[in-house]
Amino acid sequence: MKAIYSLFLVFALVLVALLGAGAGGMHYLFGVIIPYVAVVLFVVGFVLRVIRWGKSPVPFRIPTTCGQEFSLPWIKQNKIDNPSTTWGVILRMFFEVVLFRSLFRNTKVELHDGPKLAYASNKWLWLFALLFHYSFLTIFLRHMRFFTEPVPGFFQMLDSIDGMLQIGAPTLYLTDVVIVVAVTYLFMRRVVNPQVRYVSLPADYFPLFLILGIVLSGIFMRYFIKTDIVAVKELTMGLVTFNPKVPEGVGTIFYIHVFLVSVLLIYFPLSKLMHMGGVFLSPTRNLANNSRMKTHVNPWNYPVKIHTYEAYEDEFRERMVEAGLPVEKPLEQPVENKE
Amino acid sequence: MATPKPQELFASINHRPPKKDWMDVPVEIKPGRYCYAANPKSLEAVGMPHARQWNPLDDDWKLPENWKEIIIQGIRERLEKFRSFKVFMDICVRCGACADKCHYFIGSGDPKNMPVLRAELLRSIYRGEFTKAGKILGRFAGARKLTPEVIKEWWYYFFQCSECRRCSVFCPYGIDTAEITILGRELLNLLGLNIDWIATPVANCYRTGNHLGIQPHAFKDMIDFFCDDIEEITGIRPEPSFNKKGADILFITPSGDVFADPGTYTCMGYLMLFHYLKEEYGLEVTWSTYASEGGNFGFFTSHEMMKRLNAKMYLEAKRLGVKWILGGECGHMWRVIHQYMATMQQDMVGDLDFLEEPVSPITGTKFENAKATKMVHIVEFTADLIKHGKLKLDKSRNDNLIMTFHDSCNPSRGMGFHEEPRYIIKNTCNHFYDMPENTIREQTFCCGGGAGLNAGENEELRMMGGLPRANAVKYVHEKYGVNMLGCICAIDRAVLPNSMNYWVPGVQVTGLHELVGNALVLPGEQERETNLRGEPLPGKEDI
Ligand code: SF4
Ligand code: SF4
Repeated sequence: MKAIYSLFLVFALVLVALLGAGAGGMHYLFGVIIPYVAVVLFVVGFVLRVIRWGKSPVPFRIPTTCGQEFSLPWIKQNKIDNPSTTWGVILRMFFEVVLFRSLFRNTKVELHDGPKLAYASNKWLWLFALLFHYSFLTIFLRHMRFFTEPVPGFFQMLDSIDGMLQIGAPTLYLTDVVIVVAVTYLFMRRVVNPQVRYVSLPADYFPLFLILGIVLSGIFMRYFIKTDIVAVKELTMGLVTFNPKVPEGVGTIFYIHVFLVSVLLIYFPLSKLMHMGGVFLSPTRNLANNSRMKTHVNPWNYPVKIHTYEAYEDEFRERMVEAGLPVEKPLEQPVENKE
Repeated sequence: MATPKPQELFASINHRPPKKDWMDVPVEIKPGRYCYAANPKSLEAVGMPHARQWNPLDDDWKLPENWKEIIIQGIRERLEKFRSFKVFMDICVRCGACADKCHYFIGSGDPKNMPVLRAELLRSIYRGEFTKAGKILGRFAGARKLTPEVIKEWWYYFFQCSECRRCSVFCPYGIDTAEITILGRELLNLLGLNIDWIATPVANCYRTGNHLGIQPHAFKDMIDFFCDDIEEITGIRPEPSFNKKGADILFITPSGDVFADPGTYTCMGYLMLFHYLKEEYGLEVTWSTYASEGGNFGFFTSHEMMKRLNAKMYLEAKRLGVKWILGGECGHMWRVIHQYMATMQQDMVGDLDFLEEPVSPITGTKFENAKATKMVHIVEFTADLIKHGKLKLDKSRNDNLIMTFHDSCNPSRGMGFHEEPRYIIKNTCNHFYDMPENTIREQTFCCGGGAGLNAGENEELRMMGGLPRANAVKYVHEKYGVNMLGCICAIDRAVLPNSMNYWVPGVQVTGLHELVGNALVLPGEQERETNLRGEPLPGKEDI
């Protein structure tokens, strides 16, 4: 149900672009104004969100340690998963961000008669998440050839690697295929896995459909409904040089594509997609595990009411003396005389 | 309500969530899975708000008039104080990688015990009250209204989380549901909604220094009693000192070790070790009756309460003028010491220069890793002694034991304490087998009763939560004949014997210093006939 809502929402968005830019011919709105607004909202939203997080202090060092700590000299430390230095943290974060190290550990639990539990390795999510993010990144970088003139060698190289297979007239990009497969997997997983389905919100389906919509409109534009590439580049270069113009010959499908991208940009800072920024700020991962070695300061630390030793001794002095425990203040009367 | 038989309980586990959306499934408070409400007297003793008599099974929880404002204000304050809270509220993608990692979910199948959903219970309110999208789009954005039902749900499920952090290991962003539970419990405590198995220990710790409310003379008596036993077994009587000014080291252990089997045997192990070190090397260790608890039940209540209870450790070290502090085998005590203590106590005791940087006076080893807090774990201390050949050990006395080791959650996921305990086991026992990889070290499972959930009335929950741990023990029990489960946590020692009995009969539980005590050859001791439990030593069975 939630998936259907979200799908419907994405269809509605396509329709908006179709009517607005296609039938309505509002090319300037969809080709220039909305993209500009979207980029501004994205950047401002992203930065504000990170600042908002950053404003809250990290009062305690709470790294989740995933290996042996720095300890006695003859015990081998796991420097990456249990870093005691900043360098270690950088490595840990590198593996986390670049290779999704934590997700790689994923297992799934199985119940067997016996009674018995077993844990099977479960790396599919890791694999497809990785494929998804890397193809997304590559596609994003490939698009830079629309925003640069002359196109730097790096982007050209990326383009030719991605198009290595050279299938069809406009070369087939590997990443186009991979991302469709990966998004489909991520969606199917949400629907098929009962636990994941149970916790999924419309906010989980929506970005998947949106991204799928972007990818499919891109693919359509490239392989099926041809659009004038030269005109598109003229438009995009106009945008980056702040000299926007809308050339003729840019098909509606392009406006749909751009509109969906704009929606994604606007939606991004408001949503869970901010995990892109948040992963760097997670206090269980980005801190060195050295709180017994170094004292850290909690900016909002404040004195609290405690039960002091004096109060404790006052309460129990007599019994302490009787039991032969040392006290700070002697009893006013010796124990024997009190009886 | 009687706890079902293991087979029945296992057969009842169903990991398929219901058809209905979780927001439409009202909370149903099941006996056997919750702990009794806090005794108002205990809350009052430490000045906690809204102490009252209430019953979780009643409809009316007698919430204070302005409960909603209290919660909203409470969330707001915590968002400003904890980046972890803010970030964790915002970035979960509900990938579900954490879903089947929680021992309570594995054992109960209750979907709200999936860490992601446990956190959503709070996140949905955060979205509804603190985000634009949630306010406008409501349920579509995953938001819901704050109602008394929600508070009940929080209470029920935040006290079905042992704050073990296992879920955090698998989360791609390190989202720590334990952290969310900790803050959720803080919010509940603002409404006077604690459980008694936490509130009463807190009050006891505050007054008497330990969670059982043992008064100073009784504390000393209990330890004297262990000395009697040791004397009987070894012919040597340790003479521990209490509250002794000018001792070298202050020793603080969870009071569970002083009170309940099998922790008591571990306690005897400590006493024997300290006696040995005094005789052989002149090291003076003192116990404190004021700081007579290492475990900190405040941690299960609020950050503030944790700090209030922790203060006594440094205050006592300062008063006694010791060089540094040695800490016993305990789980959450060590998480607090490791991650919170130095930071929290600055305004209570200033910087910690009244203590020395810890150096073992016997081996000369500098405990670099404890340079700032000046508190050393007894397991690393003993491991270092063994490494330097400073202890005379007779391993064969533990030959009746086929050991495995349970990494307690807090030391393993909050410190990274993995090799030291294994080193001690291997040097005091001849037979040691680790459990399967997915169930040890940072992937270790909770005993099922951590974070204050070790009450009697929630036994069913504990058996459910204890299943994954017990099951891994069962594996090595069947494969290698393991009959003893070592651990370094007093709560483990309290909880695991029951769950072993239930799921894997034939496996007992021990702390590591019990093993040390058994193996340690005390100067001038008589020939031992029994181990610390009074059972005949291997080879002495027929005498
Ligand atoms: S693993 Fe992390 S991101 Fe995924 S559902 Fe659990 S808490 Fe959320
Ligand atoms: S911290 Fe432990 S008990 Fe709590 S949700 Fe995570 S795995 Fe479960």
